[in-house]
Amino acid sequence: MKLSKRFLNDYVDVADIPTRELAEKMVFAGNEYESLEPISTAKGLVIGEILSCEKHPDSKKLSICNVNVGETEPLQILCGAPNVVMARKVIVAKIGAVLPGGEIKKAKLAGMDSYGMICSLAELGLDAKYVTEEDKKGIHILPDDAPVGEDAIHYLGYDDEVIDFELTANRGDLLSVLGMAYEVGALYDRPVIEPVSEYEETGEEIQSQMTLEVQTDHCPIYLGKLVKNVVIKESPNFIKARLMASGIRPINNVVDISNYVMLEFGQPLHFFDYDRLGNHVYVRNAHSKEEMTTLDGQRRVLDKQDIVIANEQEAVCLAGVMGGQNTEVEADTKNIFIEAAIFDPLNIRYTSKRVLRSEASNRYEKGIDPNRTEQAIHRACALLAQYASGEVAKGMLKHDVADHNDSEIIITRSKINNVLGLDIPLDEIEKVLIRLGFSVTVNGEIFHIIVPTRRLDVTIPEDIIEEVGRIYGYEHLEGKVPVGVMKKGSYTKQAQILKDVRNRLSALGLHQVITYSLVSETESKLFPILDSEEIVLQSPQSEEHKIMRRSLIPSLLNVYRYNMARGIRDLRFYEVGSIYYKKENVYNEKPVVAGLLSGTYLKNSWNGALVPVDFYVLKGVVEQLLHYLGFAGRYRFVADIDLNDMHPGRSGAIMIDRTIVGYLGQVHPVIEKKAVYVFELNLHTILGMKTRGVKFRELNKYPTVKKDVAFIVKKEITSEMIKQVIQKAGGRLLTNIEVFDVYTGDNVGTDEKSVAYSLEFQDMTKTLQDEEVTAVFKAIIGAVTTKLNGQLRDK
Amino acid sequence: MNEQIEQMKQEIILKMNNVKSSKELNDLRVEYLGKKGPIAELSAMMKTIPVAEKKQFGAALNSLKTEINTLFEQKRQEINLDELNEQLAAEKIDITLDSTMIPVGGKHPIQMVIDDVCDLFVSMGYDVVEGPEVEQDLYNFEKLNLPKGHPARDTQDSFYITEEMLLRTQTSPVQARTMEANQEKSPIRMICPGKTYRRDNDDATHSHQFTQIEGLVVDKNISMADLKGTLEILAKTMFGEDRVIRFRPSYFPFTEPSLEVDVSCFRCGGEGCSLCKQTGWIEILGSGMVHPNVLRNCGYDPEVYTGFAFGMGPERIAMLKYGINDIRHFYTNDMRFINDFNRKEGGNA
Repeated sequence: MKLSKRFLNDYVDVADIPTRELAEKMVFAGNEYESLEPISTAKGLVIGEILSCEKHPDSKKLSICNVNVGETEPLQILCGAPNVVMARKVIVAKIGAVLPGGEIKKAKLAGMDSYGMICSLAELGLDAKYVTEEDKKGIHILPDDAPVGEDAIHYLGYDDEVIDFELTANRGDLLSVLGMAYEVGALYDRPVIEPVSEYEETGEEIQSQMTLEVQTDHCPIYLGKLVKNVVIKESPNFIKARLMASGIRPINNVVDISNYVMLEFGQPLHFFDYDRLGNHVYVRNAHSKEEMTTLDGQRRVLDKQDIVIANEQEAVCLAGVMGGQNTEVEADTKNIFIEAAIFDPLNIRYTSKRVLRSEASNRYEKGIDPNRTEQAIHRACALLAQYASGEVAKGMLKHDVADHNDSEIIITRSKINNVLGLDIPLDEIEKVLIRLGFSVTVNGEIFHIIVPTRRLDVTIPEDIIEEVGRIYGYEHLEGKVPVGVMKKGSYTKQAQILKDVRNRLSALGLHQVITYSLVSETESKLFPILDSEEIVLQSPQSEEHKIMRRSLIPSLLNVYRYNMARGIRDLRFYEVGSIYYKKENVYNEKPVVAGLLSGTYLKNSWNGALVPVDFYVLKGVVEQLLHYLGFAGRYRFVADIDLNDMHPGRSGAIMIDRTIVGYLGQVHPVIEKKAVYVFELNLHTILGMKTRGVKFRELNKYPTVKKDVAFIVKKEITSEMIKQVIQKAGGRLLTNIEVFDVYTGDNVGTDEKSVAYSLEFQDMTKTLQDEEVTAVFKAIIGAVTTKLNGQLRDK
Repeated sequence: MNEQIEQMKQEIILKMNNVKSSKELNDLRVEYLGKKGPIAELSAMMKTIPVAEKKQFGAALNSLKTEINTLFEQKRQEINLDELNEQLAAEKIDITLDSTMIPVGGKHPIQMVIDDVCDLFVSMGYDVVEGPEVEQDLYNFEKLNLPKGHPARDTQDSFYITEEMLLRTQTSPVQARTMEANQEKSPIRMICPGKTYRRDNDDATHSHQFTQIEGLVVDKNISMADLKGTLEILAKTMFGEDRVIRFRPSYFPFTEPSLEVDVSCFRCGGEGCSLCKQTGWIEILGSGMVHPNVLRNCGYDPEVYTGFAFGMGPERIAMLKYGINDIRHFYTNDMRFINDFNRKEGGNA
């Protein structure tokens, strides 16, 4: 809402208050503003009278004017505007005047001196949308009765400042200058002067000429007046200037008056061309698929939730949003039917969302004071009579089923102070309420408050608390900390696990990333995903962000590609987030963790240290994570599982006990040519699994015996299979098994491989004897030979 | 005889002076003290020496042996030290060469803010609570005093999935869920971080996905003074001990009264600078007293209970704190950006 200070000053005296101070005061009453600007920054302009105007002998464009600016001698001013020849009264910037374009200095044009400039409106710094076609042709021509020598900016009403407020959704009352006046009046404790609407009614009663029928429940008030024989012309300066300050372009006196009254009262009006409207006015819901052409020339298809004003034949206005072309007020309009109405905010909202958000619809959506409607229509009649020579017909068409009663709120002083955390005395509270224009009766500690209908937002005791708080001022508030029963704060089990996972992965060298939950259609189908339905947005903002993701990996791949494109190649990162899907009509949202590694995990190039990321680095990261979470000895990795978009030979499922909890491996080369390794773990599955507590283990004080052994086995025998056989045969004395070599090539069959193990033996109770170790060692060799058909490889 | 012994001693001392390594020293030792060495020979002469001279010769010989052994021991220590010094000199490296890149990961800057805030509130007895991101209109709006068609819904353009389901536009629905789920209708202190979504085009200051942290306290006799005291602690924790806050009245449908909260500018200390647009204050969160309708909608009697709620954006806080100029950085995850935040806060090392 753009508030003109001069407009405001019409209803509450604020002339002595610096505008910036006023704006700041409003901020601390809850009304933020975006900007504060003068309409025009031009200074030192006067009204001049052109006494003579001749063509410059050496220039086609220039004219030499003698201009009387109220001084003893007229000024010689050269002017290039073509329309200067028709002008008598003009805006003159004398030498020393300051325009947005700079200071005016004495100039020599085509060999002749010029002592100033005759100005166009654009040169005053006026927004282009307020400059009429006529004015675009050249200088601005003032009426003949403009007083010579006076300040032109003041004469035009442009010596005004505009505060552009960003109002909150509850303060519909502040979408009017009067509402603003009451607010400012409350802040400064100053009275508000309401405008007076006096006019004479003539001729026949409206009731004998027109009928009104309201056929919908969504129009509590509909008032109509008839004004005949209006003379359409330019509005007086004060109306034009106030409209411009309020961000509305002046059109003509009639249209301007409807906007002016809306700005004053916050009550939108609509003017119909009576001769084209006819004598019967209906207010009804639109028929399904009913059509009408709005005044922007667009054909609109309506439905039952739209409210229309109609005549006998057709819809003539989309109520509260936009008028119809067929009854629009035009330059030749003579007789006007004025509508002042209140429509259901929900219907207006429904319509305006589809059609247009207008000044009117915005006010309707936020609610209109039912006691302003009639005042507004009278005000419009008075202005039409005064500035458009309108003849107002007697009487009024009236439909009114609205509740006009002020609301009554009862609240105690202690309630107010308890919520605010203040101790405001009774009389202070009363004073604040009176300043707000509420009527108050105090009964002991109890306030009986009557809130006028203009404050539709104040309905419950808490609203009163807020009113008292914001007017009294929160700067009086001293902070304290809530007292209450002491209790410990905690993370939920899920939040705690997510935190643990993040901490461990960071310790393992992975960076946390956060990506978008919404992915594209293609991405939504990549990688192993649960058999489920997608959660799809009804109207996405873009194709890239359309479906809630069912895997984090596509998002991680985006991060990978972004960084690779910028030459960052050693990448290790993870994300903890949710996946989202629908299954059997239930919306699911499950926490998962996914990681991506590529390039080098550990390196020192000049020193020859290099651990490139491969499956086993990835596996190491996942193992460390599972170990940390307490699953040591319970997890395994299972190959040859069909994993969508994963390298078939370099991927596997992650299993805890007998449950698959995720997968890991290289991304399928079809998806990503370079070797990229990823994992995803379903934390929601893991969350339900019990793990053992940490427990002290006696430290072995006896020496360890180490022995190496290598077996030649068929290639399809996995390391895990061999380990299991060794473990079983080794029994309790075998304390560690480590693969130290895998070999294929010379001396090994083409379908075979050699795997070498380093074994450690230890006894908790005594120093191991050679014979004991040899016996176990032999048993291990025997077991691998017989069970896996392996051969002992000679050194 | 004695001359012979003295001569040998001089001979050994002379040779020992030329010894450079422990091997040469060992060789010299074997040469003189070995089984076939001159000292052994001298010892062998004992048999042939007249008895009268035997005692004196024996004593001289023993003294020679002791002396020589001492000399050898001294020399050995000398050489060991030399050799160690040589080894150390040979092992000298250029410590200015590049280090080995040790993989270390860290938290995302949004996570850093979330953790700081959550840890603070957990320490004050709040529970960290979560809620669904795919939410019902009922919880996201209606229970929060935002019925269908409410004008305030305009400021939160939403991603709908069906008429009744949407991606939550705020973490506030978790307030409603927490209150509703509390069967005893007992006091609540909760903090809820989470992802939120609004139908925005992504640019430097807008993101269709962002994060919020919501706080809620419901108890008997909770006032705005409690809210102010709590937020003062938050502001000091996040922005420094010298910070103060101020309340500006505002409007949110789910709180009454509603407030915007400003913190004194942590760059200029309130003097006015470009960060605070010369005002000395920076808006950091929205808050207010829980609206009686919200309490009622969630089963609490507003005549008995009052509460406060507040909500903030970790992105905004991180942007202000670290001078980040584009919200998209948080979701692009450029490793150069992520890496810059992989350290503890400055101030006290």
